[in-house]
Amino acid sequence: MRYLPLTDADRSAMLATIGAASVDDLFVDVPAGARLSGPVAGLPLHQSEMAVERHMRALSKKNLAAADAAFFCGAGAYRHHVPATVDHIIQRGEFLTAYTPYQPEIAQGTLQMLFEFQSQVARLYGCAVANASMYDGSTACWEAIAMAGRVTRRSRAVLSGGLHPHYVETARTMAKFTGDCIADALPTLDGTPDTAALVARIDDETACVVVQYPDILGRLPDLAAIAEAAHARGALLIAVNTEPVALGACQSPGELGADIVVGEGQALGVGLQFGGPYLGLFAVRDVRHVRQMPGRLCGETVDADGKRGFVLTLSTREQHIRREKATSNICTNSGLCALAFSIHLTLLGEKGLRALAAENHRLACLAADRLAKVPGVRVLNDAFFNEFTVLLGQDARAVVRKLADRKVLAGVSLGRLYPAHEALHEGLVVAFTETTSEEDIETLASALQEVLA
Amino acid sequence: MNAPNKSGWKPAMTEGGTADGPATVTGNRALMLEEPLIFEIGTTGTTGVDLPEPQESATRLGSFVRKDEIGLPGLSEPETVRHYTRLSRQNYAIDLGLFPLGSCTMKHNPRLNEKVARMPGFLDVHPLQPVDTVRGALEVVNELAHWLIELTGMHGVAMTPKAGAHGELCGILCIRAALEARGDAREVILVPESAHGTNPATAAFAGYRVEDIPATKEGRVDLEALKARLGPDVAAVMITNPNTCGLFERDMKAISDAVHAAGAFVYCDGANFNAIVGKVRPGDLGVDAMHINLHKTFSTPHGGGGPGSGPVVLSEALAPFGPLPFTARMADGTVQLVEEENAAEHDHARAFGRMSAFHGQMGMFTRALTYILSHGADGLKQVAEDAVLNANYILRSLEDVLDAPFGPSGPCMHEALFSDKGFADGFSTLDLAKALIDEGYHPMTMYFPLVVHGAMLVEPTETESKAGIDQFVAALRSVAERARAGDESLKTAPHFAPRRRLDETLAARKPVLAFDGPCTPGGTPQLSEQGGS
Amino acid sequence: MPRYFTDEHEWIDVDGDTATVGITAYAQEQLGDIVFVELPPSGTEVAKGKDAAVVESVKAASDVYAPITGEVTEANGALEDDPALVNSSPEDAGWFFKLTIADKSELDGLMDAAAYKAFCDSL
Repeated sequence: MRYLPLTDADRSAMLATIGAASVDDLFVDVPAGARLSGPVAGLPLHQSEMAVERHMRALSKKNLAAADAAFFCGAGAYRHHVPATVDHIIQRGEFLTAYTPYQPEIAQGTLQMLFEFQSQVARLYGCAVANASMYDGSTACWEAIAMAGRVTRRSRAVLSGGLHPHYVETARTMAKFTGDCIADALPTLDGTPDTAALVARIDDETACVVVQYPDILGRLPDLAAIAEAAHARGALLIAVNTEPVALGACQSPGELGADIVVGEGQALGVGLQFGGPYLGLFAVRDVRHVRQMPGRLCGETVDADGKRGFVLTLSTREQHIRREKATSNICTNSGLCALAFSIHLTLLGEKGLRALAAENHRLACLAADRLAKVPGVRVLNDAFFNEFTVLLGQDARAVVRKLADRKVLAGVSLGRLYPAHEALHEGLVVAFTETTSEEDIETLASALQEVLA
Repeated sequence: MNAPNKSGWKPAMTEGGTADGPATVTGNRALMLEEPLIFEIGTTGTTGVDLPEPQESATRLGSFVRKDEIGLPGLSEPETVRHYTRLSRQNYAIDLGLFPLGSCTMKHNPRLNEKVARMPGFLDVHPLQPVDTVRGALEVVNELAHWLIELTGMHGVAMTPKAGAHGELCGILCIRAALEARGDAREVILVPESAHGTNPATAAFAGYRVEDIPATKEGRVDLEALKARLGPDVAAVMITNPNTCGLFERDMKAISDAVHAAGAFVYCDGANFNAIVGKVRPGDLGVDAMHINLHKTFSTPHGGGGPGSGPVVLSEALAPFGPLPFTARMADGTVQLVEEENAAEHDHARAFGRMSAFHGQMGMFTRALTYILSHGADGLKQVAEDAVLNANYILRSLEDVLDAPFGPSGPCMHEALFSDKGFADGFSTLDLAKALIDEGYHPMTMYFPLVVHGAMLVEPTETESKAGIDQFVAALRSVAERARAGDESLKTAPHFAPRRRLDETLAARKPVLAFDGPCTPGGTPQLSEQGGS
Repeated sequence: MPRYFTDEHEWIDVDGDTATVGITAYAQEQLGDIVFVELPPSGTEVAKGKDAAVVESVKAASDVYAPITGEVTEANGALEDDPALVNSSPEDAGWFFKLTIADKSELDGLMDAAAYKAFCDSL
């Protein structure tokens, strides 16, 4: 077997050193009745690299890859061009096959990268400090809610209707067990999110208000006004961003007054991958909140010779030390995805990110104008970045299915996201990135026109 | 780029150099290359990506247009490649050598897994595409789920948890949901002293009070003490098997029977499943829930700290409560993906909710399935046997120079546990570990489990050759002898790594967690103001 | 001004109805370099033997218990900027918090300096 270096001669020699007659003697503590007598049921014997690759390739071909379609899906996961450099570097064994950097003397590569990543995220979000990443956007969002509870010593979270329904569901699931109160709401099909209605739900028991920016329908909520209202009641504003490229064109949530900014970083450097692994981003605007943050943190220090170096720090917040008093039970971050994000953002730089954002926005504007001309289609949004909602006057799920047959992946229907809420079912969320061509937009418009006719 | 050293590197040698050679202008030492931060070499006006120049035109951003500078440095493509390649060379990795971190299972990561995960049909599909366009992806989830169920002898599996601790939480939440469904409010979870720190953190998060259960002198759960504590207030027992002392819990079946008789559930931390995969099925031992770290047992890469993946296999009693989306065996033997829309028709209406957005760590599923199929039934069994053989070989090769507290009681499983007993006064496990770095190895797990003084937990895994292990044993023997003899040079180790011991007190007292200031390429290096120690 | 000690290695100076609390020289030596101290804000009601503060070294976080019941009147703000004071001056400038004493009889079970020294020697 190609992954096992020991030969039978090695095994015999080693057993002799150990003083065991056979390898079964090493499993003497396993009760005989619990040992499997034969191979695992149905599992074939080992296979060559070629045979396994053939099997997996056949499975891969049963999927319609985005590159083989006209593609407009977003709603929390975005298809961007990932420069070849990114995948080349993350496949270097020194990054790919390293462990969590607990031995800083021989992990400065990962640690310096994390320090740079934290600095990039903090700047992008308009915050003071970002952590070394979390599982994904949805879990980062819940961790922010839990953190707001620790900071304010309150337990009610007010969720805006524009928050991704999977994020809402994740928070509701966790809150069932912690006893936190999650006050969620459905989105309403308005061109601009209703700030007054959200603000009216904040009370003196509220720990945090959670607002997605841009929201699930692609709209831009008035974070500054919400921040002011939340702060007046002693609550924190948690801003959630699922498309970091938007922050190359839009003001940062921290700048607008958000106290905790979390999000999904997948759009930069990390492929779609059918939903994971992704990259949770987590930052705080006020440095005094750092000790209430979950997740790993990398910090600067010096070594015994006085050279600058980096270490994981403030680890007394974490589960392996605080045990039942930890800020979170999470121990893993999303290191390799953080590396991919950081490389992509380094390649872009400020100039590239702004140009990328501008190109995304240009294509979305073009699409909005074009789709508005399709009979039966209404563009909902007053404002948007690279994603907006169109109303089709019929259940968008059926339209999406019909378009998929024409190799048009037309977007994410609100029926898919909110199966129980019929009033939303005519909505379709469509996203446009630099990977969208003007021909793609024309394809979408004409295919929609045919299907709706 | 031939910029002068801006990384804060200060030559350690005196004027004119040391016995190791002269000082260098750059601070570099041949292949040991110093690298500044991106903020010290990049500018906000540089980019390594060709994009159309933004046009001045009306936007639909309303009042949210960003006006100020973000402060993100950019590098050209060659500078980017060089920056990260230089950083990478300051890392230790499995690709460089044996990585004996006990309980972490640093085994070889096959490159076929990487190739498969990047096939366009897996890499380039959106989680919310119409189901008909992702049939192959769902088959991967189902096929992996099927083998995980078969390998563990369980009933169902929740595939979405993102890592081991997330899986643990998932398992405990299943237990809580099952108890609540029968109207049984229990408050306590019992955890052995030797448990991973995540176990009590998870139990507390799920709203339980944690109580320790003691270990026997042999390093196993004290069955009688456990039985004495069981009662109507105990919701579950969390056990790691093989345990963190590297030993198989011989009484596992008796433990499960006692726990079930008391109306509670058995959670098994599956971090060490690699020692028994293909040999023992946890379901046969009465386990109700167990997470499987795909990045340990099934070789998906650790990536410098994630991403992981932690599917949770569940017994028949718990399977109905697993979170959505969920994969379960149907009456006809097939395995089916269950989501919100079809939960009721698949008898899964009692799912406790959703652990995260989307369907779990697909990129890890493709890798793990590739690994399982590559090894097959015979290979996986050999994986467990070779992992255990290698660990016992290390245990017996070193027990004359390193104290092995549980060595006399019999063989270990996949990891060998040593203590610092016998070291000269003032010499610690940390000193030995840092000296191992100079020998070209990553240290073993230190100071864990807590039940052994100065613990050293060595896990070689099955992907090491005998020659490689022999060299490691020789190195560990040498540093152990130096620790026993009181060799002062251990205390300042490592001497040959990219950095000497780092000042963790300074880092925690005055946290510097982000680069502060403008991008300053070619300017004065942003030296630490904290000064030397 | 009498000083008392607990077997959890806290000291308490009593001055009329108020008291000052800190951790002992022995405790700081066991903990190693202190990197952070979390103190109760004034107005907090603390109960004898219950958590009142947290003291952190690089690798450990330890609870500090209230030696007696009372209401916190002041926390030592200097520790926020310079937690190393707990190492350099544990029984003076490195004090943790002051409180008003609820029940003086709770002092009865505590040790004096000689008894505490004997207690440490026995550890």
